[in-house]
Amino acid sequence: MTARTNIRFLRHGEMVELSDVDPNETVLDYLRLREHSTGTKEGCCEGDCGACTVAIGQMENGEVKYQPVNSCIQLLGSLDGKELVTVEDLTSPASPNGTLHPVQSALVKHHGSQCGFCTPGFAMSLFVLYHTDGVPDRSQINNALAGNLCRCTGYRPIVDAAFEACSQKAEPRNSGPFSLLSLGDDIFIGDDNRFFASPASENTLARLRAAHLDAVLVAGATDVGLWMTKQLRDLPKIIYLGRVGALQQIEQTENVLQIGAGVTYAAAFDVLGKFSSDIAAILRRIGSTQVRAAGTIGGNIANGSPIGDMPPVLIALDAQIELKNQTGSRSLNLADFFIDYGKQDIQADEYLANIKIPLLADNQHLRCYKISKRFDQDISSVMAAFRFTINDGVVSDARIAFGGMAATPKRAVRTESAINGLKLDDAVGWQKTADHLNEDFAPLSDMRASAGYRMATAIALLKKSRIELAEQSHTRIYGDAYVA
Amino acid sequence: MLREKSRHKHHDSAVFHVQGSATYVDDVTEPIGLVHVAPGYASASSGKITSIDLDSVRRAEGVITVLTASDIKGVNDCSPAMGDDLILAQDEVFFHGQVVFAVVASSRTAARKAVKLGSIEIESLAPSVTIAQARQSDETVLPPYQFRRGEVEEQIATAQHNIKNKIDIGGQEHFYLEGQVAMATPQEGGGMHVLSSTQHPSEVQHCVARMLDVDEANVVCEVRRMGGAFGGKESQAAQWAALAALAARKTGKPAKMRLDRDDDMIMTGKRHDFQVEYEAGFNDKGILSAIKSDLYARCGCSADLSLGVNDRAMFHADNAYYYPSLEITSHRLKTNTVSNTAFRGFGGPQGMVFAERMMDEIACRLKLDPLDVRKRNLYAKGRDVTPYNMQITDNISLAMIRSLEKSSNYRTRRKVIKKFNRENTILKKGIALTPVKFGISFTLIHLNQAGALVHVYTDGSVQVNHGGTEMGQGLYTKVASVVANEFGIPAAKVKITATTTEKVPNAAPTAASAGSDLNGMAAQNACIIIKKRLATLAAQKFDCKVTELEFADGVVTGAGRSIAFAELAKQAFLERISLSSTGFYATPKISWDRENVAGTPFFYFSYGASCSEVTIDTMTGEMRVDQVDIVHDVGKSLNPAIDIGQIEGGFVQGMGWLTTEELVYNEQGRLTTHAPSTYKIPTATDIPEKFNVELWPSKGNKAATIYRSKAVGEPPVMLALSVFSAIFDAIASLKPGSVPKLNAPATPEEIMRAVNAMDADNE
Repeated sequence: MTARTNIRFLRHGEMVELSDVDPNETVLDYLRLREHSTGTKEGCCEGDCGACTVAIGQMENGEVKYQPVNSCIQLLGSLDGKELVTVEDLTSPASPNGTLHPVQSALVKHHGSQCGFCTPGFAMSLFVLYHTDGVPDRSQINNALAGNLCRCTGYRPIVDAAFEACSQKAEPRNSGPFSLLSLGDDIFIGDDNRFFASPASENTLARLRAAHLDAVLVAGATDVGLWMTKQLRDLPKIIYLGRVGALQQIEQTENVLQIGAGVTYAAAFDVLGKFSSDIAAILRRIGSTQVRAAGTIGGNIANGSPIGDMPPVLIALDAQIELKNQTGSRSLNLADFFIDYGKQDIQADEYLANIKIPLLADNQHLRCYKISKRFDQDISSVMAAFRFTINDGVVSDARIAFGGMAATPKRAVRTESAINGLKLDDAVGWQKTADHLNEDFAPLSDMRASAGYRMATAIALLKKSRIELAEQSHTRIYGDAYVA
Repeated sequence: MLREKSRHKHHDSAVFHVQGSATYVDDVTEPIGLVHVAPGYASASSGKITSIDLDSVRRAEGVITVLTASDIKGVNDCSPAMGDDLILAQDEVFFHGQVVFAVVASSRTAARKAVKLGSIEIESLAPSVTIAQARQSDETVLPPYQFRRGEVEEQIATAQHNIKNKIDIGGQEHFYLEGQVAMATPQEGGGMHVLSSTQHPSEVQHCVARMLDVDEANVVCEVRRMGGAFGGKESQAAQWAALAALAARKTGKPAKMRLDRDDDMIMTGKRHDFQVEYEAGFNDKGILSAIKSDLYARCGCSADLSLGVNDRAMFHADNAYYYPSLEITSHRLKTNTVSNTAFRGFGGPQGMVFAERMMDEIACRLKLDPLDVRKRNLYAKGRDVTPYNMQITDNISLAMIRSLEKSSNYRTRRKVIKKFNRENTILKKGIALTPVKFGISFTLIHLNQAGALVHVYTDGSVQVNHGGTEMGQGLYTKVASVVANEFGIPAAKVKITATTTEKVPNAAPTAASAGSDLNGMAAQNACIIIKKRLATLAAQKFDCKVTELEFADGVVTGAGRSIAFAELAKQAFLERISLSSTGFYATPKISWDRENVAGTPFFYFSYGASCSEVTIDTMTGEMRVDQVDIVHDVGKSLNPAIDIGQIEGGFVQGMGWLTTEELVYNEQGRLTTHAPSTYKIPTATDIPEKFNVELWPSKGNKAATIYRSKAVGEPPVMLALSVFSAIFDAIASLKPGSVPKLNAPATPEEIMRAVNAMDADNE
């Protein structure tokens, strides 16, 4: 079967077909340099400020659903089969004077712009919120805006605008002919030395992976994007995973939740959030709405980042991962996947296929804590996840995992064995046990926190989890109101 | 008095902002042949340049040429005054990130990629990075300066109580959302047209002219709007404009330079970080008799605007409090770090942190409510002379504090918080109510001048231009309202045009909160001149006195007759009467004799007060702001919506500075927090749901400002001190009588350090 040699997406209600897509070209560069649409701004070019936010529309169950993404690190090739909506599209083109979109009029009415540079990004985040079902409350608005930085207004007028614009029922939008985009075929643009490939099946993915061991697999590009925009690396061979259907599946059996490696944080939010309110609270704080719309749990694992928030949680939950290549597959404990900084147990021809997470038994309790300088979109100085099995007030099978404490997400094996057998109400015992973390970890000092603070906080969090489990007392400054 | 009809309802660009059609420098349609410039720098922070190898840079794809110091024919300097900031390094580097060369290429990406191929060798010296290191080596960029009054040492020694302590106060990155950018286009006859995102177009013009060795008249600098500035584009926009102009001169092509965010954060200066050592003497009631403080500021590698910044830190080391005897000494330290610069408040915030910390410490020692200590130390009748010997005549601090104390329910909440802290061991709450008093005027007196240019067209529409720049603060909107009001025409009839050195020359930077005070007055003066000519004509036609005329609602009336403003303009044209005028304004009554610490450096003061409540987690150091109440004085507001925007935005920016925003330099002098992934400004979640902001019901500024309004740009930043004091208060609750050793910013780690120090404190 020959692959398609172009991408097709919707823009202003019409199909755009591009056959000249460089593997490193971003959506923002396409907009500003090719289309000369300068409404979308570059603030940081690393997905942290949201000035470049655009909305991506996708058909889901016969309806177009919008997600906000940071166009500065989004690959142009990933737009295939989707609709690209930018700030220029919000004002009704039918009226020459420009009838403002409800989110735009609300921003004007509430004085939601000062210098105006961040405003197009805010307008697009609000556009997505406007098209999301339901009337948002303050925490949902905060969540929708967490990936957009404003240095002028102090946010209050923008929040007010969000309340006004997004409380009304959305006017349906004419996206254009999605049917013309012909989904489901493999895409390969370029030649064997430089290409953007977007396989539509696992077979093609496995074949490409085997044929191009030096290619980079990309899902949301929330990390790889920065290799290009910040490290200025040239990545001549890109295999995009977003159209491989098998990697997008979420399946739940009686005991196990299986999440495909290409499932985004946004897509996994509901099912993972149901695991426990602690996971929901952590998911809410991973990146921002834009980052979670693009970023995948699989990507967070596969790139072996020592600071990802999800791997410690998954390690505490005793998750397994499945790696595949052209000839077969193998499973291993996630905890064993991370070997050292930048070194994972994966072969050049393998790709991460899925993650299997055992469900919590009634007597298993999960506690997760994310410590960072800022509540939203901040990489953790310490990320802690604990799973305790508790029978008659006694702990067994403790699984204690941390991020930010070592070169990889890592279990505290010595502490775990010391804690097994302890009673929950044995405060003195836990106090001593927590000190074993000093044997399990030797954290580093960096711009996020010192080694001393990291260690002291890790110990404090372990103690805190006991207090919460034993005494059920309120111990966190961020209450449930902060979980969207 | 400003009539409601003349007032713009919204920021003049609000609709363009939300549509994405507001044009910033990088959005201007690119001219044919445009080349792009990217900066290159060395890996070391200090030392002699032994070699620069740029061969592979020159050979890289898309590269047109490379710029080094030898390409500069004129003066290699982009400093605001002192001549100590090189556009391109020569012989030596003084900080990590100093530009040594610049690549000119056909695309921005090609230029940035080529930069990485450059090789600069430095005979590296151990850099002096921290305040402690600079104090030890005693290197300064400027001599120390001191205010002194009374027998300070004796007063402190003989007071009922005395304290001696210190506090570290971090710097702050501006994080304007639009990074530094400029585009230069060569003009015939050796001229240069420069689009620059700058608060100071005149300085950019002068810098480019000096560098190209052409007359100032041959260079035009223009700016329609900036995507934020906050002081970061006052002096430090010039370098990028100069490099773009240098590239344009060398290639003969238009050239654009837009810094990558990381480069911007590494290469441009920030708010000065300070260390303050202080002593104070006070009585049982907490009333001060004398203070002594040493303000050590990290200025970085050059003077930049550090003279004014550090002077202002001294000017505001009293905040709203009277110091009977005092010694305030400022030390301007030199380090191998980027030269720190203007940032909203211009040193004032750092000075005030000291004043408020002293109040908190006194209250802590005496186990008094900090609010009572603050009130007792406020300026008052007979206690109204500042450390710089200016008498305060417009003081409203006490009235404002009382009002806020009531409206915020401070006393009741104080009790509720005490109860909460008794009942909770892990979470602790704190509350604080702090005042702000901020002096308005440039303390460099000659900058207190402004020009404007107003044109009336024959259809009655009006164009206004002035020397001020628009960075989001609504200056253009306010000045346009003044013009509409003067002519009695609707706001929509006044067209605002981009600031350019072609229309108004030799303008001061838009800074010191003085934008609308200065430019509003200059525009008004231009309008008055034109109006006088129009009135003379109308009076002739109506056969009445000029004083009987009224300009309102688009109509000029007098002696029972009327004429549309547009018609009058047309008539004036036919009568060959000029419909255009410049206007000029120089702030009256101000003077400053720096040597003798005498004069009236400020035209007036802006006042405000805020009350914040916070919760901290004493196990992790996490902190949340629960509620904020603010009252702020803007005199008779030119635009309440814009003023409230300045107050809220300033507060949140100040809150970020004192809580989440931490600049970290490593031992080699490299900034490690050079992107939003590592440097954290507040987000929507960080502002409390209970966030109440009121304008003070003012009868108008006592000083004769434009329609009796008051400046509002900078003062609100310092309202955030109530957050910092509330965190201090929460920590203090752990051990009444002990003084928390909390430095700024109060990150989770810093809060934990202070919490743990309470355990160790056995006093």
